[in-house]
Formats: sequence, structure tokens, C-alpha cells
Amino acid sequence: MTTLTSLAKVEAIALDRAQLIRTVRHVHVSSRPLIFVPLQLAGEACAPLAVMVGDERGNERLLIAFEPRDRTERFRFAAGLGEVILGYVNGYAAGDPGEGVPYPDAPQVWVPNAGGLKFTELLGRSTRFRRTDGPYPVPASVPLLGRWVTYLAERSQHPLSSLFLSATQALTAHWATGQSATEDQNLATLLAWIAPPPGLTGAQAALLAENPASSPPAGPVTDPDFDRDVLEGLIKAIEEARQTGNVTTCDRAQALMARQLHSVLKPTWDLMWQAVDLLRSLPPGDHVAERWRTDRFSFTGYVRYLREDGFPQARRDAAVDAARRLARLENEAQQLAAHMAYDDPLVMAEYRMTGEAFAGPVVRAEPDRLDETGKRARLRPWITVETTDDVLAERGADLRSPARPAQQARVIEVERAGERTRVTIELQSGMGRKLVPEPGSVPAPGDVVCYTTFKAEFQPPPKFPDREDTPWTHGGPPPEYVPRDEEATEEWE
Amino acid sequence: MSVAEATARARLATEEILASMESVPRGVVVDSPPGAGKSTLVVRAATELVRRGHRVMVIAQTNEQVDDLTDVLAGYLAGHDGDLRIGRLYSESHRIGRRVERHQSVVSAKSAGELLECQVVLSTAHKWATVTSDEQWAWAIVDEAYQMRSDLLLRVAGLFAKALFVGDPGQLDPFSVVEVDRWSGLSWDPTTSAVEVLLNHNDHVPVKRLPVSWRLPASAAPVVSEAFYPFNPFTAATSPQERRLEFGASALGDNSVDRALELAARSGWALYELPRAHKPRTDREAVRACAELAARLLERAARTISERSPDPLPVTPDRIAVGTAHRDQATAVRAALAERGAESVTVDTANRLQGREFDVTIVLHPLSGRRDATAFHLEAGRLCVLTSRHRHACVVVARKGIPDLLDAHPSVAPVHLNVPVKFPDGWEAQQAIMAHLERHRVAAP
Repeated sequence: MTTLTSLAKVEAIALDRAQLIRTVRHVHVSSRPLIFVPLQLAGEACAPLAVMVGDERGNERLLIAFEPRDRTERFRFAAGLGEVILGYVNGYAAGDPGEGVPYPDAPQVWVPNAGGLKFTELLGRSTRFRRTDGPYPVPASVPLLGRWVTYLAERSQHPLSSLFLSATQALTAHWATGQSATEDQNLATLLAWIAPPPGLTGAQAALLAENPASSPPAGPVTDPDFDRDVLEGLIKAIEEARQTGNVTTCDRAQALMARQLHSVLKPTWDLMWQAVDLLRSLPPGDHVAERWRTDRFSFTGYVRYLREDGFPQARRDAAVDAARRLARLENEAQQLAAHMAYDDPLVMAEYRMTGEAFAGPVVRAEPDRLDETGKRARLRPWITVETTDDVLAERGADLRSPARPAQQARVIEVERAGERTRVTIELQSGMGRKLVPEPGSVPAPGDVVCYTTFKAEFQPPPKFPDREDTPWTHGGPPPEYVPRDEEATEEWE
Repeated sequence: MSVAEATARARLATEEILASMESVPRGVVVDSPPGAGKSTLVVRAATELVRRGHRVMVIAQTNEQVDDLTDVLAGYLAGHDGDLRIGRLYSESHRIGRRVERHQSVVSAKSAGELLECQVVLSTAHKWATVTSDEQWAWAIVDEAYQMRSDLLLRVAGLFAKALFVGDPGQLDPFSVVEVDRWSGLSWDPTTSAVEVLLNHNDHVPVKRLPVSWRLPASAAPVVSEAFYPFNPFTAATSPQERRLEFGASALGDNSVDRALELAARSGWALYELPRAHKPRTDREAVRACAELAARLLERAARTISERSPDPLPVTPDRIAVGTAHRDQATAVRAALAERGAESVTVDTANRLQGREFDVTIVLHPLSGRRDATAFHLEAGRLCVLTSRHRHACVVVARKGIPDLLDAHPSVAPVHLNVPVKFPDGWEAQQAIMAHLERHRVAAP
């Protein structure tokens, strides 16, 4: 936790209300998100019990696996869920946008918390290898569901992506509450701190929201009291009615279970929309649309891949794939950090505190300075910035300014004198083609400027060997990936 | 052990490693504790391989390290084999250090094609990763291999047929800025060290060891060995009589800074303990204490007596280091030293002090003044780097209460299938070091 976030937490406690720690929103919020609230059976790694799902707040759909431990029942559930998810996703994938162009928009799925993300990943692992033929055939929507939710779960690991979000993570990235990070994972208490009902303080509202009877857990785990007092009896009743062939009793028990699960899920469903509304009310950061564009490209690419009979995602990455993916994730993490700092002075302030950025007035400028050491004279203005921030950058470091992100700048000299530091910077681009800078392209004395060492531009990915050239240090080339039947069996048995 | 005895043992180990390189199918890993003569081994191995008729590529992790190795190699060759050419491959953004340029045998170039006449070529792993070549090098020497991430090894491993991997397993593990557990347990997890992945796939690769530390004094080697290398112990090459730290000027009056320095001079260790308090990272009093200790060491004209020279050598600012966990702490200490006119003392984080050596180090304990002990602050490698950079003495600056903090935060790192549990874990190593430092405590006012 950064010092500023700690301060905001202290303020949240003192003022009894969550504090905004960002000036803009750093995630994309879709105009038609799909809310997805899953529940699983306690004690099983991934036995889906029910989901409440939908893209309209007044129109929630409840899907239930009445006997989560029965595989037939699970697949019936997965097939139903597949229809819903595919219906939503396909709504964004009409036709083909043409080469090099993404779909105009992409789906966005929200789960309540990190547990929901994990559950989705496991759900994908257990369904994407299923086959529509062979010994245990399943409807086509099951393996497709598996591919899509796996795709979403993988995207959620990408720092730049907003395709698949958890509400608690998105909210805590923008607000600091007076409770601990662990307590912040509870969507109900988190929202109580951010938007307490009239007449209540954040702490009071959070205390009320901790009661599982009024605010049932947002899943995927259920309240143990509910399991013991309600769920166990209902599952048993349905099972008995089935064995005796009593259709009416079975229907009645199932209807009762549906009512009970609805009452457990509905409060979280409402909170999810509240979370979406709260985030939507923040103005988006300048780079958010650019990041969403990469999501749209990614989505378009995956739609195409699936249309060409794409394989399900492999269970594990081969050596080269793993290294490539890591390089990409690291690259994105750096880009995101830079985007956020450029878009948001409160984020930049955190870097200024650690010395990775500094700000201050320009005290001297030589806008017409020429570098005449080469064959041709080049325009290389120098500016000197005086700051009271700590400066980690040393001579020769590359700098960027949020005000002029495309302009390359390099540290010429750092002079420290007591509290003040003077940094002389050479500007190397973004001033037009002439030997006189374009108006406004060089900061003038008195301008307050901010410089950092991190860059928001895309870095080309490093070169890796091809899969078939995997070196001996990494076990040599892996066998060609073909999904096998055994891969499908493992998770469900 | 005497220096002569240690020399014999080290030579034996080196000869054995060089001999084994004749026969291994793929390569050798050599574990080297702090200051055990890693560079010497690299230089010996490079010249030996060249003598056997191979071209050798040397891969280090940072430009500093490459320049250091180039300097040592060129210096060694000047005394042995005059007409061998050394290539220093470097990239646009780097300026070659003067210590490299002064050697006539070194050719520097930005592309490998210009260095075809060099029998040994040195560069960073990142630069090597951009080299495309149809011809494979017979041998590579990978330095600081435990700090190299395995995905980087993947990018360069195609360049060579066999390799000697040298490194210190006790120092900081490589890390990633993204937290993904997707690859835990995979034998090629890209976030783990190059050596780990290499050994996962090649169990025929032998792991050898350098047995004595030339750097650490007799007061430190057993402590560091026991805390951080419990299963691969090493010893100091020198006896307590062979290493001494003295002061040219005596202390006036009685103050805790002088007492800490004198205790450290006598016993090799001191714990300069500030009153118990929770503080932000850049704890002012702790920062001031680090700067005062360093400045006072200079004021008192500290000098060393060691196997290096028959006469006492002065402890100059460049022979002193202050080590911290975070960069902002280092910046704060640097500012405090500048106020005391001691700005040429080295101040850096553990990551950047790796592989470096000083006479006296002053360590701002990673857990000092903290309310919690995170995995970062507990990491065994971090404390190991900080407490194993010195030839004579180490003074640790800390707030009181670290053992209590440790007791309140047992390590809770998740355990993954197929991932061997790392020994020693940071928590245990921290306890071991604190237990030792307790006996060298000087209370600050």
C-alpha cells in the first residue's frame, strides 16, 4: 500500500466514509455489462450450484444445478449457462468487421470478487475439453462456454484489459475505505463504506452489512448457516422425490430451492449494479478508450479463432508460450502504470513521493539551443526544472512528460542543493522539423512541468525462439498440442 | 584456516571444476557463496576453454558486471597470454567504463559481427538475446546465473552448445512485476531462476561448489553460512588474526555511535538499536543513524589490516557501503550523508549491491520500524546480500522489536505442487541473524 493510500484510509476512518483515491476512472465500463454472480457447493473445488446472470438490471436469470454433485445435472446447468453467455457474447460479434479492424464494441463481464474470477477459470477448465460426441456427449454450448470463460479468465490477468472485472477489485482501485484489505473483499461492506445509506456512517453501514442474513455472501462460497439450515434439506428432498418418482414433490422442492437461491443471490445482484453505477459516474481517464480498443482487438481475434474451429486453450503453457505471455503481461503492467500516472495526478503524486517522477517550475529554458556536434545541426533545447521532490533519475536517463507524452527527453544534469533539486533536461523530439521549435512544444520559464522515467508507449515484444526450437535448457521442443480425450475426463470424475 | 590452506582448498575445487568441463555433455553449475572467487573462476574457465580451442561467450546480467569481468579478464591475460583478443559487445544506451577502455586487448563493438576475431566475447544477457547467428558457440559462461530469469535464458540458450553456470544461490531471486501463479509447478516457470529451470530438465548437469569465502571475515562466514546456506556450509579463508579494523583517531567522550563502531571493529558485528517505534519507510532517525555511522567511520580514520597488504590501509569512502531495502531509503541516506560531507560513500539497495564488496557495511534492516513483515521484507536473499558484502565489519541499524515482529508474522508463502520448498525460508534466516545480532547490541539514545 502506498503512503497516499494509507493516508486516504486514515481519512476514511476519521471522516467515516470511503475516500476517492483517483481523480478519474481507470477501467472501461460497458454500456451493457453482463453481471455474473456464481455460487458453488461448499467443499467441492468447482461444483457450480447456481448463477444469477444477465445484462439488464430488472431482468436477472437464475440458473441452478439442483444436484451439484451429479454430472448429468452439472452439464444441464453448464449447457444452460452456455446459452446465456454465448447469446451475450455473440451479440457483439455480428458479421466480420474486416481485416485489421476490431468489432465496434466488446462484451464485458462482471463478477463480485476475486473468488468469482477463480471460479470462472475453474469452470472453464472443466468444460472446455468436453466433447459433443463419444461416450459422454454434451451439448455444443458446453465446450464453447468453456472456451469463452477461459478466454475471459485469461484476459482478466492482462493488466490492460477490462473485459472481465471483479467489482471489489475495481472499486478498491478507486476508493480507500476504513476497513482492512481482507474486509474490502466483501462487496457488501465495501459498498457500505463507499455509499452508506442516509443517516448512517460508513462504519455503521459496514457493520450492518456484515450480517449474512441481510447481506448474503457474494459467493462463490455460501453462508454455512444457509447450507446447513436450508440447502442440505432441499437437496435431500429433491433427491428423495426423484428416487420415488414423485414428480409433483420434486417440482415443488425445486421451486422452493429456486426461491431460496434467488433470495440469496438477489442482494448481491443489486450491489453489482450499484458498483457498476458508482464506477460509471467517475469520468474515464484519457487512456481508457485506447485500452478498450486493445480489448476489442483481442475479442475480435478470438471470435475469428473460434470460427476457424479453434482448439480449446491448452491446460498449461509450453516453455516458449509461458515466456511470451509473461513478457506481454509485464509490458502491459508497465504501460498501465504509465497510463494511470499520465491520466491521474493522484497516481502521479505517488510516484513523485517515491522519486520516480518530479514536478516543478521551469526556471531556465534555451528553446533555440542547437546541437552542432554532428554533420547537421539539430534542435536540442535545454530546460532546467527546479523541484522539491526527490529525484531518482540520474544523468542520461530517458524522461517523459504527461503533458507531451511523445516528446523524448534526457537528463543532462541533476544538481542537488538542500531541499531543492535542479534537473536540466534536453528535449529531443516533438518540436517540428525546423531548427526553431513549434510554438508551445518547449516549456517556457514559469511553466510547471512534470517528468517521469516511465513511458506509456507500446514496447515491441522481445524475441523468443520458435516452439520447435525450444533449447535443451528448457527440455527441448515440446510435442505438438492436440487436445486429447483424457484432458476432458480429469476434472469431472 | 590459514590463507595458505584456503588457497589450496580453493585451487583444488577450481581444478576439479575445470577438469569436469572436459567431459560433461551439456554443462556444469557452480554454486558460489559470497566472495568465494567467482570472477576468478570465470576468468580461469574462459582462458582454459580458449586454450582448448573454443570460442567462448560470457553472459552477465548487468553492464556493470560485464565491465567488471572484462576488466578482470583483461588484467589476468595481460600477465599470462598477451595476444588473446577480448570482445566487449554493448548496446546503444551503454557507455563502456574506463576500466575496460584502458585495456588494449579489449575490442568494443555494438554488433557481434565486428568481434569475430575475439576468442572471448562478453555482454549482458539482454544484449546477447538480440544476437542472431547461425553459428553456435561451443561454450558459454553464464555469470550470476541465479539472478537470471529463466525466460531470459530461453532467449539466449540457442546460441551455445554447452555452458558453465556460476552464481550465488543465496542472493536475491529474480522476480516479476506481475503476480501470476499460472506457471507455478511447471518445470519451465519463466519467473524462476535460470539454474532452477536448467536443472529441472537436465539432471545430468553436475552442481559443484566453491568452498571458501575470501571476502567474509572469520567473524561473518559461519554466521552467514549457517543462516543462509545451512546445507552447503562454507568457511572463511582468513583467520581472525589476519583481518583487523582499527581507528586512527580515538573517540572523545562516550557515545553510542562510537561504541557501535568499536564493537563492530572488535567483533565484526554491531546492532545499533533505536528505540521501538512504528515508522514510515524513510524513518528519519534510522536514516540519520546510518549516515552518522558512516561519517564517523571516516572521521575516526578507520584502517584495515589484512592479507592484502602488510601495512594498514585507510578505509576510504568507496570502501564503505550503506545498504537498504528500498530506493527511497537509499535516497534519504544519500542526502543525509551529503550533509555530513560524506557523499562518496556508496548507498544502494540490496538488489544493486549484489556482487559488490566493501570493507565495512552499514545495513538499514529491512524490517526496522515496520508494522508488518511482508514476503519482500522477509526474503532471505535480501538480508543475505546486505549482511555479506563486508571484508571487516557490518553494522546493522534497526528499531527495537524485530524478533517480536517476526513472531507475529510467521511466513505464509503458499505451497504449490511440484515446487520444492526453499530452504532456508526468509523468516528462519531473519531469526538466525537477529539471534546473532542480539549479542552485539548497542542501544542508541
